[in-house]
Amino acid sequence: MEQLALFNAFPRWTVTTLTRHLRQLLESDASLQDAWVQGEISNLARPASGHIYLTLKDSGASLRCVMWRREAANLRLTLQDGMAVDVHGSISLYEAGGQYQLYVDTIRPLGEGALYQEFLRLKAALEAEGLFDVTRKRPIPQFPRRIGIVTSPTGAALRDMLNTLRRRLPLAEVILAPTPVQGDEAPTGIISALQALNRVIAPDVILLARGGGSIEDLWAFNDEKVVRAIIESAAPVITGVGHETDFTLADFAADLRAPTPTAAAELATQVDILELKTSLAEIWSGLCSRMVALVQAQRELAAWLDNRLKFISPERRLQTERQRLDEMSRRWYAAQVHGLLFTEEKFKGLENRLLALSPLAVLRRGYAVITKNKKVVTSTSQIQIDDPLSVRIQDGEFKARVTGTG
Amino acid sequence: MAKTETKPIDKLTYEQAFAELETIVGALETGEQALDEALALFERGQGLSKHCAELLDKAELKIRKLSGETLEPFEENE
Repeated sequence: MEQLALFNAFPRWTVTTLTRHLRQLLESDASLQDAWVQGEISNLARPASGHIYLTLKDSGASLRCVMWRREAANLRLTLQDGMAVDVHGSISLYEAGGQYQLYVDTIRPLGEGALYQEFLRLKAALEAEGLFDVTRKRPIPQFPRRIGIVTSPTGAALRDMLNTLRRRLPLAEVILAPTPVQGDEAPTGIISALQALNRVIAPDVILLARGGGSIEDLWAFNDEKVVRAIIESAAPVITGVGHETDFTLADFAADLRAPTPTAAAELATQVDILELKTSLAEIWSGLCSRMVALVQAQRELAAWLDNRLKFISPERRLQTERQRLDEMSRRWYAAQVHGLLFTEEKFKGLENRLLALSPLAVLRRGYAVITKNKKVVTSTSQIQIDDPLSVRIQDGEFKARVTGTG
Repeated sequence: MAKTETKPIDKLTYEQAFAELETIVGALETGEQALDEALALFERGQGLSKHCAELLDKAELKIRKLSGETLEPFEENE
C-alpha cells in the first residue's frame, strides 16, 4: 500500500511530457542558453543538408553538437576531428532522439577567446584616447595620382587590388610597400611600410589590405602600434582586411574601412576612367558650343557694325553734300541766267545812250575830225600850207595835206 | 586671363591638362576676349582635350615597388 501511495504522489509522465519537461528545464537556465564550451572535435559529419554534426569531447565526457546550415555558412574555420575549439551556443533537447545537445552558432579555435578579450580591451582604450574619432578621418582624394599599397607581395589581395585599379583608373601609379601581413614580423613590417611610403613617395592614398583568414591570421591588424602608425600616416589610409564580417582595430583607425581588398581599391578610385571620359566629352562639347556661340556673337556684332558704319559713313554724307551741291548749283545757275538777262537789257540801254553821245554818231552824219600832231584842229590859225593832217571820218582815217588857206 | 601658361601640351599630366581645359572654358564663358584671342584659347583647348583623350586611351597602370628608400620595377608574378 505504501508503494501505491508513493506512486500516486507523483505525476504520471508520458515519455513525451517528461522529455518536454526536461527540455523546458534546460531552456530556462540562462547559463545554458549562452554557453561557451571548450573541447575537442570528434565524429565530425557534414551531410548534404549543409548542417554540421559533431561531438565535443574532453577526457571526462562528450557533448553532442549541431550547427545549422545558416550558421555553418558563416564559419570560416575548416573543422577537423581532433581540433581543439571554443564553441558557443545553447543547450536544448532533441525530443525525438532523446538527446540533449548544444545548438552551435560560433566555433573558434581554442585560445581565440582570450584574443577576443584582448581585442575588446585595446579597442576600448584606444577609443577612449580618441583615436577612432570621426573628426580624425581625413578625406579620401577623388582622383589619386599615386596609390600606395601595403600588403603581401604574393597574396591574392594584391592581385585583386591591382586588377581593380587597372580596370578603374589605369592613369594612376601604384607603389607597393611589401610586408608580411601575418605572423610575428607582420606588425613591424606594416608599420615600416606605412612610414616608408609616406616618407619616400607621399602617396595620395594608402591601401592597407590582406585577404581573409582566422582571427590569429588577422591579428597584426589589431596591433596597437599598427593602429598608431595608421593614425600618424600623412596620407589617408583605406583598410581592406579579411572579409565583410571581420573588423580589426586597423579598420577603426583607418580613414575609410572597406570590407575587402577589392572594395578598398574601389573606394580609392571614386572617379573611374569612364567618368573621366564622360567629363572630358562634356567639357569638350562645352568648349565647342562656347566657341560656336562666340563666333555667332561676333558675326552678329560684325553685321551690326557694318550697318552702323553704313549709317555714319562719309559716303552717305558725301551723297548728301553732292545732292545739296547739285541743288545749289542749279539754283545758282538759274540766278545767274536771270541776272545775265537783266544786265543785258541794261547794257543795251546804256549802249544806246553812249552811242548817242559818241562823236562817231556825228561823224556818221558826214562830219570829220581833223587832227594835226594828235591835236584836233578847230581853228585855221592852227594850220599852214603843207601841214600834214589826219582826217577821221565815220569808218576810218586818212592822211591829208594843206594845199591852201581860205 | 592673367594666367597664360604655354607649357607644351604633351608635357602635361592628365590633371594639369584637364585643369587648364576647365580654365579655358571658364574664360571663354566670360566672353571677354577678342575673337582672335578666343580662337587661340579654343585651339589650345582643342589640343588639351585631344591630349587628355589620348592619355585616357593609352593609360596603363604603372606599378613599382618600394625597396628600402628606392623604387624598383615590380613584376606582378614575382
